[in-house]
Amino acid sequence: MSIHYVLRRLAIMVPIFFLVVTLVFFMIRFAPGGPFSSEKSVSPAILKNLEAKYHMDEPLLSQYVRYWKDLLRGDLGPSFKHANRTVNEIIQEALPVSLELGLLALTWAVVIGIAAGGMAALKPNTVYDYVPMAFSILGICLPTFVVGPVLVLVFGLWLQWLPVAGWETWQDRVLPSLTLGFAYAAYISRLTRGGLIEIRGQEFIRTARAKGLTEQEILIKHSLRGGLLPVVSYLGPALAGIITGALVTETIFNIPGLGRFFIESAVNRDYTVVMGTSLLYFTLIFICNFLVDLVYAVLDPRVKYV
Amino acid sequence: MKPLLSIQDYKAHFYTRRGIVKAVNGITYDVYPGKTLAIVGESGSGKSVSQLSYLGLLPAPPLKIMGGTVQFEGRDLLKMKEDDLRKIRGDKISMIFQEPMTSLNPYLKIGSQLIEPLVIHRKQNKKEAWKAATQSLERVGISRPSHAMESYPHEFSGGMRQRVMIAMALTTEPKLLIADEPTTALDVTVQAQILDLLKSIQKETQMAMILITHDLGVVAGAADEVVVMYAGRVFETGSVDDIFYRSEHPYTRALLRSTPRLDKLEKELPVIPGSPPDLIAVTEGCPFYERCSYQKEICKTEFPKESTLGPKHKRFCHAEKLS
Repeated sequence: MSIHYVLRRLAIMVPIFFLVVTLVFFMIRFAPGGPFSSEKSVSPAILKNLEAKYHMDEPLLSQYVRYWKDLLRGDLGPSFKHANRTVNEIIQEALPVSLELGLLALTWAVVIGIAAGGMAALKPNTVYDYVPMAFSILGICLPTFVVGPVLVLVFGLWLQWLPVAGWETWQDRVLPSLTLGFAYAAYISRLTRGGLIEIRGQEFIRTARAKGLTEQEILIKHSLRGGLLPVVSYLGPALAGIITGALVTETIFNIPGLGRFFIESAVNRDYTVVMGTSLLYFTLIFICNFLVDLVYAVLDPRVKYV
Repeated sequence: MKPLLSIQDYKAHFYTRRGIVKAVNGITYDVYPGKTLAIVGESGSGKSVSQLSYLGLLPAPPLKIMGGTVQFEGRDLLKMKEDDLRKIRGDKISMIFQEPMTSLNPYLKIGSQLIEPLVIHRKQNKKEAWKAATQSLERVGISRPSHAMESYPHEFSGGMRQRVMIAMALTTEPKLLIADEPTTALDVTVQAQILDLLKSIQKETQMAMILITHDLGVVAGAADEVVVMYAGRVFETGSVDDIFYRSEHPYTRALLRSTPRLDKLEKELPVIPGSPPDLIAVTEGCPFYERCSYQKEICKTEFPKESTLGPKHKRFCHAEKLS
């Protein structure tokens, strides 16, 4: 890993960032309707004032230039729909919540997923394989809006072990992160199983057996590293996705996270929030993939970045 | 001299969905200390399976050991518990494999793979083992061994990797080295180097060697004794001279005739007509029956008994003296 590689990687980000800003800016503005078109009876005078306030009376190109000027100062602008709130404020409030929820969900998804997939890979085509893989199919198929309410029903209402909504205590974190992580755990278990079975069919595993290593040593020292590479590649996009894409979970459990802004802003044509959330997603994807590549180079010595 | 390894009527079959694959169907031979026994045969004749199976290196099921004994230093390996067998693997019996490119773990440093046999079987700590492993790299002719210990397999050529494999197999000074097609994947010039290396180490340590190969040139150059295998059966055993100059088995002779030779330039190499039998369908008869030019009625139903032709030379064939 050379400093050159890191710099080049960052340099590549610049044109992509420019492209994303430009594309999203014009696409959302060319979409029919506008931020004020859904309101019922806005008098022409008020509309004129609103448009003047948000500089929407200017030509599109000068709006675009204005957006860039603000953006370069780190200002994502005011929200068109949430009066008196800036996009920076919205992200600052909601991102930590989504980050915590996403990381919790992904953490247990990784732990459960790797354990289940590993068990399946060690005893393929036995009950130790079939049971976790059946659960995994279930996890991939069942949508969050089914898993969430079922968990609420069982652990919240029947057993009364855990709260059903809110985001204050640690107990509040349990059900949402389980709900959100379920599908990820399912997917990770499949990747783990596939990766490990593939590795364990390699000739160097036979070499390890011929050297007299115990099955445990073969698993830990010789199989995990290569076998978990598919999981590592998946974790980058998964992390970005889980932080920004928890809308359903956040709605079920009434969590003040980011997810709803993604949908709401697009539906409401809240131009600046659409821009802000898109750029946030882009940045997350970029950072996560970069981290994955770094971890990859650590795990696989054949991968070299120069 | 007492044999180090004595295989008696050993049978190992695969139970697959298509049927029972009789990969090893009753084989008998001995391996002596300091000697090299070559097992020769076509692909699928059961050469590799006959060795890997009794060491517990093949998945069971589908593999099932059907009978016989494999005595190593007087103990039957087939009756051993898996953990006792594991303690012999990589210690007293080591293996090297055909594919040096894939037989080393690409994710681990060569050093950390090389020290494993010493750490496991000799209970050495990592530092001692590292030192010993570095020396063993030097012995197999790797320049800058301490640097090599810190390298990864992909940084080496095929020949160098095979040297690493040999060094790894020899760290524990095994009594028996099983080399499964050790030179097949290598360039011809490198092949000769590797064989010379194995022979010189054998001379030093008096270890026995089983050389699995389909290359008769390798056999002629490296072996003391030869076992000719076909369809899970042993057809002929003997010294290298017995097999190359005094063979009394139609299959061995056909095999030799189909090998190019420098001293007899022929326009076209003769081939053995037909193809090896489906190992699921093999009968109690001789599996070479259909392709054999000496076939008799009895060959169809009964596999021939061992007949002794010389002190080491034995064959399994119903035919009279071959022409």
